[in-house]
Amino acid sequence: MASCLKFESSCEIGVFARLTNAYCIVPAGCSDSFVSVFENDLADAVPVVKASIGGTRILGRLCVGNKNGLLLPNTTTDQELQHLTDSLPDQVVVKRVDERLSALGNCIACNDHVALTNPDLNKETEEIISDVLGVEVFRQTIAGNILVGSFCAFSNKGGLVHPQTSVEDLEELSTLLQVPLVAGTVNRGSNVIAAGIAVNDWAAFCGSDTTATELSVVESVFRLRDGRPGALGADVRKSLVESCFL
Amino acid sequence: MFVPTHTAGTVLCCMCGVSMQPNPANMCARCLRARVDITEGVPRNAAVVYCPDCFSYLQPPRSWVKAGPESPELMQILLRRLKHPLARLRVSLSGAEFVFSEPHSKRLRLKLRLRREVLNGIVLEQTHPVEFVVHDRLCDSCARAQANPDQWVAVVQLRQHVPHRRTFLYLEQLLIKHGQAALAIRVASAPGGLDFFFGSRSHAARLVDFLGTVAPIQTNTAKQLVSHDTKSFIYNYKYTFSVEICPICREDLIALSPKASRDLGGLGPLVLCIKVTNAIALLDPLTLRVHHLEEKKYRVYNFKAALTSKQLVEYMVLDIEQESPEITVDGSKYQLAYAQVARMSDFGKNDTVFMVRTHLGHRLNPGDLALGYDLYGANMNDDDMDKALLRQNLPEVVLVKKSYEKKPRTRRWKLKRLPVEEDLGNKAKGEEDRREDEYVKFMLDLERDPELRFGINLYKNEDYRSEMASTIGDDVPTIPIEELIEDLSLGDDEDDEEEEDSAAPACMVE
Repeated sequence: MASCLKFESSCEIGVFARLTNAYCIVPAGCSDSFVSVFENDLADAVPVVKASIGGTRILGRLCVGNKNGLLLPNTTTDQELQHLTDSLPDQVVVKRVDERLSALGNCIACNDHVALTNPDLNKETEEIISDVLGVEVFRQTIAGNILVGSFCAFSNKGGLVHPQTSVEDLEELSTLLQVPLVAGTVNRGSNVIAAGIAVNDWAAFCGSDTTATELSVVESVFRLRDGRPGALGADVRKSLVESCFL
Repeated sequence: MFVPTHTAGTVLCCMCGVSMQPNPANMCARCLRARVDITEGVPRNAAVVYCPDCFSYLQPPRSWVKAGPESPELMQILLRRLKHPLARLRVSLSGAEFVFSEPHSKRLRLKLRLRREVLNGIVLEQTHPVEFVVHDRLCDSCARAQANPDQWVAVVQLRQHVPHRRTFLYLEQLLIKHGQAALAIRVASAPGGLDFFFGSRSHAARLVDFLGTVAPIQTNTAKQLVSHDTKSFIYNYKYTFSVEICPICREDLIALSPKASRDLGGLGPLVLCIKVTNAIALLDPLTLRVHHLEEKKYRVYNFKAALTSKQLVEYMVLDIEQESPEITVDGSKYQLAYAQVARMSDFGKNDTVFMVRTHLGHRLNPGDLALGYDLYGANMNDDDMDKALLRQNLPEVVLVKKSYEKKPRTRRWKLKRLPVEEDLGNKAKGEEDRREDEYVKFMLDLERDPELRFGINLYKNEDYRSEMASTIGDDVPTIPIEELIEDLSLGDDEDDEEEEDSAAPACMVE
């Protein structure tokens, strides 16, 4: 199920939290109410880790990860890196990337198999992404924006992209990612998708401005109504999306 | 170059879930309109003040603008009333139109199209009806006119104490040409002159100034207190400008007093007034000397005309003998000559013939008619003339101008007239005919004298049909067509032309 919440009166919760199938990172020193929403929904499946990156709380925009690993920007201190390495499950590889574009969350979008990156990203970074996260990397833009990490959010089951993505782009991205995609909005018409949502295969958290219509789109496309971790439904994904949205 | 096609996808409206083209707010138009009302705060009612007397609307703070119903001017006035609220709300106006309303309803309805930027740079456009209530209120000038229709503040009383109105006919033309009387509320005829009524003292003063440049005048001013308010130091006066024109006219014969004659360098004593501007030009017909006498100087001698143009007598020129070559004085040509003349009235009665010296030698030929003053037969009542007669030998005849056969005929030109109110109750019997006669004489004078018509406007007479050339004598002066001005006529010219066209073949058949 998708939950609606706020981070200190801001609805852009995707900016502050990073959610994957193996872990969830929330800012250190945030309110208990914020953390408790995550803990209630996720506690039995994945650990909720409190951390900071480079002394800031905008974790969601600075780091990127999936169940295999976590990439941190070069602003991360050794202490923070050590804390995250200690806190995350053992199978998750934590790595700091020496990349000029330090807001990795804005430049990279990924699930457990595929990653879309900003076309301006370094060759070395691209290799690190594919090694650490164990994904296939595609340099892409979304609706003409190079910040692919900001304007789309996708899990292993589905994805939401910028509302102005053309039908052809949607088709192409869907083929690359092998998940159904839908153009949509969060936070009452905001087109910065990843800023308003934190999602994994069985849970989604949206900013509290998100309307019922948007929530229903999110739940449908991320197939959250199954409600169980690991309930994959790749065989039915296409028909579902087509019947509902296209 | 390969350009991938972009088919715009559809997204669901974030509020109602309807499928729509994505826009910056990602909200369908209906939801957007439901959420934001760009006309909020824009007034739906306003008032506008209207003067029913002069059909004008008040443009605050103080000006009144004439505007017809549903006219662009009216639209402008109404939209100005809404300018501030719209600017304050940052709403721009993309269109406005009138919605019909009954004139008697005292309402004006406008349909505005308003445009404003809302949420993330979306521009919304919305129609907005505004109703204006028309309040009737007389404008300042109408209110004053209602209170007292004859509201004049200053009057110019123009007078000349002579038995004819020739001067006023000429001044009327000058005033028309220079547009000096346009500001007058009313022009009325008064015994011995004209009264010009003005709404403001400065307008009257302007007319007096103008008159001072074209005529020898003497001005007296007076003011009468009408009302006053000592608290606010407001005094209302009625101003009177009494303007008197010297009683000397063109063609008058004047006998100068010995003193005046001496002061003017031995001029005269018999002189003819040949021209009146702000100075009086006096010509000694025997020596061809011209003297310009200013109004102030004239007041010193204050002479009267011994004989005026009414007393001109017609003579027949029997013989003429040039005495000197033609000379030009002040742009006019003169030639001294000896002329043998006889009174037309004497023909068939006696053989009285006069031998005179005249300044019209270049004009007159034997057999011509001439007008002159008959000093031989005149019964004069003038001290100066008597003195002059005593002191020296005066001529028996002073010829003034050449005369032509009088034949009533139509003219190809006409003059404009001022709308002068006649005092009907105070009019003497036969006054109308006398005026008419004077006007005809004035027109004749204009034809004869190019110098006289130099300062005034003559207009083409549309009704004029050219006469057979033979009916007009060759020597009778007419005004060349180049001097005429096409009058402005606001009529349907095309219709006139058509009528003329259709009339033409009929004439040819006849």
